[in-house]
Amino acid sequence: MISRFQTVLFCILLAASIAMGAVLWHLRERAHQRLVAGEDSAPTSAPQVAPAEQATLLVANDADSSMLAQVQSLPLPQDPGARARAILGRLLDLYAAPNATHPVPGGAASVTQVFLLPVQADSPTSVPVPLPSDARGESKTNPHAESRRAHNELAQTQPAASPAAANGPEMAVVNLTSAFVASHPSGIESETLTLLSICGTLHANLPQVTEVRFLVDGRSRPTLAGHADLTRTYLAAEADNTEAQHP
Amino acid sequence: MANLDIPHSFAVRSRALRLWVVILVLAPGAGASRLAHAQSPAAPPAPAAASPARFMVVLDAAHGGDDTGAKLSDGKPEKAFTLALSVRLRSLLGARGMQVITTRESDASVELNRRAEIANHANAQACLSLHASESGTGIHLFVSSLSPAPSPESARFTAWKTAQAAWVTRSLALAGVLNSVLLHAGMNVTLGRTSLPAVDSMACPAVAIEIAPESAPQTTVGQPPTAELNDPAYQARVAEALAAALLEWRTDAGRTEATQP
Repeated sequence: MISRFQTVLFCILLAASIAMGAVLWHLRERAHQRLVAGEDSAPTSAPQVAPAEQATLLVANDADSSMLAQVQSLPLPQDPGARARAILGRLLDLYAAPNATHPVPGGAASVTQVFLLPVQADSPTSVPVPLPSDARGESKTNPHAESRRAHNELAQTQPAASPAAANGPEMAVVNLTSAFVASHPSGIESETLTLLSICGTLHANLPQVTEVRFLVDGRSRPTLAGHADLTRTYLAAEADNTEAQHP
Repeated sequence: MANLDIPHSFAVRSRALRLWVVILVLAPGAGASRLAHAQSPAAPPAPAAASPARFMVVLDAAHGGDDTGAKLSDGKPEKAFTLALSVRLRSLLGARGMQVITTRESDASVELNRRAEIANHANAQACLSLHASESGTGIHLFVSSLSPAPSPESARFTAWKTAQAAWVTRSLALAGVLNSVLLHAGMNVTLGRTSLPAVDSMACPAVAIEIAPESAPQTTVGQPPTAELNDPAYQARVAEALAAALLEWRTDAGRTEATQP
């Protein structure tokens, strides 16, 4: 015989269990709704695709030590630093492709960042100059100088890529990956062409960039692959002016 | 005796010291050179004039030791190729009556600053930095991309890393002679400017020479090379042409000196 006290206690416990189950169900629903609401606020929508624009790439050619201007269409962000990185990424993708005229493995991932800084008036600079035509006027016409002139004309006709152009010249600090440097072919010509094509491409698309410095994994490095100096500041805009120095 | 000797020797040393100081102060060369600098501030950096009796060439075989340089097609490192070329060229230049200083004679590691120090102490009329690469074809001649020093003051107090700036014009002239002779020897030559740490610190007419597999001149781009780097005949022709170019450079330098007042 079950006592009245035990019956009442059982009913109370049963009611409490049902109530606790209801509360748990309610809490679960709230947590689910909160999760769904959080997902809605997350940036899961597709990123807005930047409009494709034309960019001038100075593509190096090891066979004749020249650089040819190629105009390519690619989506470019508005931020100048991201824009420069995207352009250099496309340039290095060309070098990493099979049958490249200037084979350098690595591709677009080789450029980690590109920072644009105002140029200091007294910054020490070194002038990377194009491969000159014959010093005595006897060798064949070097197409490099012609391509440099062509890309400078393109740079002059293109509008300034960012409002920063009106603020004065800027220095681009290109941060390369150590993997890119380690896999870069060693040689004066190969390394020089890589640096010159990067400098020329930056200046062709961002005319306010007049100087370029290189870092590797955020640090200064003596040479690119044993030859070309990476500790110097390279001038991008005044390269053609030095052609008059040849004897 | 000791007490007497000490002041006597001191007095002797003092007289000798005074005499030495007087000689230094009144030395006509020292005074004249200072006066010349003071009176001709617009004079060019005035690289050392080449004397036919003493024509010094510095050969810098790039890399060495742990720094192997580029890996060439036959598996040999660049450092071995440059050393072999340096030794061969030294013999050829010695046979032509030139004094030669090399930055290394064995597979030793020589720092870039040390190479420039050797070249600068030699007061040489030509400094050649020898390199090799599998990229491209023919002979690549590179001169420092530094802008020429605008004034003699900058040449007198030159920064170590830009010492070559005062010599860029002479280096370009040397590259022109090398280019002419190499072309005459039937080689494909490319001229360029670059920034190499060792060359930029050299205070002499300096050219970096990068030797790549040979291709016939005036051929279309993309054709296979006609001679690889490990071809002994090709190496001999390059060395002979470089020696001939330096001989012409010595002649040009002597002619320039003869025409100067």
